[in-house]
Amino acid sequence: MQETIQINGYELVYKKPSTLTEKPFHYCPGCGHSVVHRVLMEVIEEMGIQERTIGVAPVGCSVFAYDYMDIDMQEAAHGRATAVATGIKRIHPDKFVFSYQGDGDLAAIGTAETIHAVNRGENILMIFINNAIYGMTGGQMAPTTLLEQVTSTTPYGRKHEAMGYPLKITDLLANLPGAYFVTRQAVHSVNAVRKLKKAIEKSFEYQKLNRGTSFIEVVSNCPSGWKMTPVESNKWLEENMFPMYPLGDIKLPKEK
Amino acid sequence: MIKGTVIIERDICKGCELCIVACPQESLGLSNNINLHGYRYAELIKDNCTGCVNCAIVCPDVAITVYRQPKAALKKAI
Repeated sequence: MQETIQINGYELVYKKPSTLTEKPFHYCPGCGHSVVHRVLMEVIEEMGIQERTIGVAPVGCSVFAYDYMDIDMQEAAHGRATAVATGIKRIHPDKFVFSYQGDGDLAAIGTAETIHAVNRGENILMIFINNAIYGMTGGQMAPTTLLEQVTSTTPYGRKHEAMGYPLKITDLLANLPGAYFVTRQAVHSVNAVRKLKKAIEKSFEYQKLNRGTSFIEVVSNCPSGWKMTPVESNKWLEENMFPMYPLGDIKLPKEK
Repeated sequence: MIKGTVIIERDICKGCELCIVACPQESLGLSNNINLHGYRYAELIKDNCTGCVNCAIVCPDVAITVYRQPKAALKKAI
């Protein structure tokens, strides 16, 4: 009762987007996944394409993405989200299609599907959450794990002699002619989230114009996997992830 | 100065403290009580909120709704 009096005379400036369901997120406190879910849904609400959007959910922490997003969703096998999205887009060329994958999904098991989908220039949006770790299965090393980073399968840190170097898959994909818009964003601060929202908006606009693949990498955190508090993990992300994965647009459309 | 307020859904908040760091006015803090899930939840501790929406933008659990004084009312007050 007290709250209703307090808001009396004040206008609403921000509320939960209507494209998110009522279900509370199951993610750990401070997880970047839920911010990306929300930003994506905000864009879909603002563009008014809720009925015309089809998402493809991955395997990983965000396997239940379809529970939270109030749009048509399809679950794909591990790593195959881009292949499934390709099929959906080809059958429904007038719909907006996006795939949503983590780094173990997109950069390890799904490398082949991802590279070929981008190479074919499929007219879809791919969202790639990079938190340098396999979050759901207990914090094992992923291809994107940084050198010297301690994970549960690299207890002495990742060594390049045995485990290779971190895979910068976004830079790889930017070289392919099918990629139209490739960018790397983050969710660690207010400005980063705003920029991510702009990038998603742009990609849906390009998709409307049939321009080709838009690829958005989101450098995110994993407080549970990294064994840190959410605030510490964001700081660690700024200090360690950004030198390896610098933010910014990697491939911008050529002006015509 | 524009006044605003936030309403934080107590049982959705997971106490990650990201909104507390993001608030430029330092008007948010963690409660000493716990919610249904056992998390200490975020709450308004000062009356200087400007409704800048920063906390809601970084909130991973979409627990924050932001209200702000309308601009027309501000003009009248001046």
